[in-house]
Amino acid sequence: MTATTSRGVGEVLARCRAEGRAALIGYLPVGYPSVEGSIEAMIALVEGGCDIVEVGVPYSDPLMDGPVIQAAAAAALACGSRVDDVFRATAAVRAHGAPPLVMSYWNLILRRGVDRFAADLAEHGGAGLITPDLIPEEAEDWLAASDTHGLDRCFLIAPSSTAERLAVVTSACRGFVYAASTMGVTGARTSVSGAAYDIVRRAREVTAQPICVGLGVSTREQAAELAGVADGVIVGSALVRVLAGDGELSQRLESLRELVAQLAAGVREGVREGER
Amino acid sequence: MSQHPEAPASPPAQAPAPRPGRFGPFGGRYVPEALVPALEQLDEARLKAAVDPEFAAELARLHRSYTGRPSILTEVPRFAAHCGGARVFLKREDLNHTGSHKINNVLAQALLTQRMGKRRVIAETGAGQHGVATATAAALMGLECTVYMGKVDTERQALNVARMKMLGAQVVAVEHGSATLKDAINEALRDWVTNVDTTHYLIGTVTGPHPFPEMVRDFHKIIGEEARSQILVEAGRLPDAVIACVGGGSNAMGIFHAFVPDAGVRLIGIEAGGEGLESGRHAARFASASPGVLHGAMSYLMQDEDGQTVESHSISAGLDYPSVGPEHSWLRDSGRAEYRYAVDGQVMEAFQLLCRTEGIIPALESAHALAGAMEIGREVGPDALLLVNLSGRGDKDMHTAATYFGLLDGETS
Ligand SMILES: Cc1ncc(COP(=O)(O)O)c(C=O)c1O
Repeated sequence: MTATTSRGVGEVLARCRAEGRAALIGYLPVGYPSVEGSIEAMIALVEGGCDIVEVGVPYSDPLMDGPVIQAAAAAALACGSRVDDVFRATAAVRAHGAPPLVMSYWNLILRRGVDRFAADLAEHGGAGLITPDLIPEEAEDWLAASDTHGLDRCFLIAPSSTAERLAVVTSACRGFVYAASTMGVTGARTSVSGAAYDIVRRAREVTAQPICVGLGVSTREQAAELAGVADGVIVGSALVRVLAGDGELSQRLESLRELVAQLAAGVREGVREGER
Repeated sequence: MSQHPEAPASPPAQAPAPRPGRFGPFGGRYVPEALVPALEQLDEARLKAAVDPEFAAELARLHRSYTGRPSILTEVPRFAAHCGGARVFLKREDLNHTGSHKINNVLAQALLTQRMGKRRVIAETGAGQHGVATATAAALMGLECTVYMGKVDTERQALNVARMKMLGAQVVAVEHGSATLKDAINEALRDWVTNVDTTHYLIGTVTGPHPFPEMVRDFHKIIGEEARSQILVEAGRLPDAVIACVGGGSNAMGIFHAFVPDAGVRLIGIEAGGEGLESGRHAARFASASPGVLHGAMSYLMQDEDGQTVESHSISAGLDYPSVGPEHSWLRDSGRAEYRYAVDGQVMEAFQLLCRTEGIIPALESAHALAGAMEIGREVGPDALLLVNLSGRGDKDMHTAATYFGLLDGETS
């Protein structure tokens, strides 16, 4: 297995590490508040300082998502957003200099055909996939397709993962390992849970792959805390909430850039474990 | 930024182990990684229980002295006159404590919950029967209980909401999506992933990730085992067809399972045809759908071109689900079972007919099986012997039925 692919996020993560900091990864769903608006917002993430963009595909039954992302996905579907639109978003993000990782529930990929989805993604600048409801045991087709098309595959680990599961899951990952910081669904939380440190520490015992932490991060302080242990910090609901705020889209994009700049400062303030 | 030079080099990707819980290509475990340990714990607990005489004895005791098993078989000649003259027997799951087959699975899973050292159960419910059964078992065994139910269903099954609350359960009305069963399951899964340490998700039908489809079937197979020996005594032979309604498919798997090796017995599942296939408002998955993944399993699924779930519709809340248990998909594709659908009009006719000819008020779900028996009886003729699973009683449906037939004061239909 190659640790990185030319399309993947490995290079960006290596650069961040060389700069002595964690990467900032921002999530937004395609189609919210509109397809055009979501693409503009993703570009704003890149301009504001996100190193990697997580491009969400709205799904009718998002069982790993909390109320904020659920509502955005429902609104995106209601205004006619389609899976095809994802590829416009990935191409735009790549054109603005950041690798896009698509986050999708599995049925949308199955429906298009796993290999076809992978081919389309590779053709439109995609770096790979984050698969919240797919475990490596069910991923035979995706393991093959991601190899064929040179894409990253980020499976999730969680605080409940046993050492045995951590080994199985991390060995199937390429790009980075997505560590859920707490048990639960997406949504901003006020503090970083102790479970986040524990899961990263346990994962480091079984893998040398980069580990990025998500679920619940919303502030510069939280980003800084996690940057002390993780290779990347993933922020979703907090960004979506800004985009869902009042006012003109241009104003909301401005607020989005400001929040991203704060978070980007946070990942540069990471405190090493020993110094905490 | 942390440094970790001591971490070992990443091992090569191993060929993943064979996929668990498959029925042909269907089933599997399409879940967030966070739930995998709980599913493995459950699998271990149920496999251990399956060979533990103490578990079997405890469950048998509960079924005898609490559920009211064995449930009886009732021949219904006056109703059968409308089924082409075939002999028709009903398996009376409606007479179980709490009024449906759901209690079979619930008591067994509640015992497993105790064995796993968990103190809280959560459940989804459509018609409310599974929610009532779960609230009942929780009361009996001293477990905390939360039931998720679509807002639409809390309205059409208001009586069952009151029953659950009386039994001490918390009922959460789920308002997003179609506000029916599938959305209740989404919300239950979100709860589970958050509270999995203390909580067992007591799934009410043969859907969901492995081991649920197999386990729930095993907890219901007693229906078919009893019915098979009962009909041999009553009619002196095996039936020509076994007929059951199919929502998620638990009552159907329960009565089918013992007959699967009997090649001469037709297994016929009846889905909800709703307002008809052309209307798009139905839950006839096998007549309209293609394989996909929802709620952890690969099975037939009502979905659009992109793979988004399409909302189902049925006059009976318990059949209002866009997917179906994976073993049914396999029984269908392998040719062992057949699936048809009954539309709302046919169902209400069968519902009323059983009331008027036999003095039995069936659940609207079960009335789909009765409508199927009327159709199949007319096809196969008077020599036929039909066994129909009467999965539940109709008390909970009185408001819907009374509205449909214009029986409420000041209303006409
Ligand atoms: C009486 C009755 N029959 C059937 C069903 C459908 O479920 P299943 O297909 O799992 O038997 C329900 C579900 O609520 C029910 O209450």
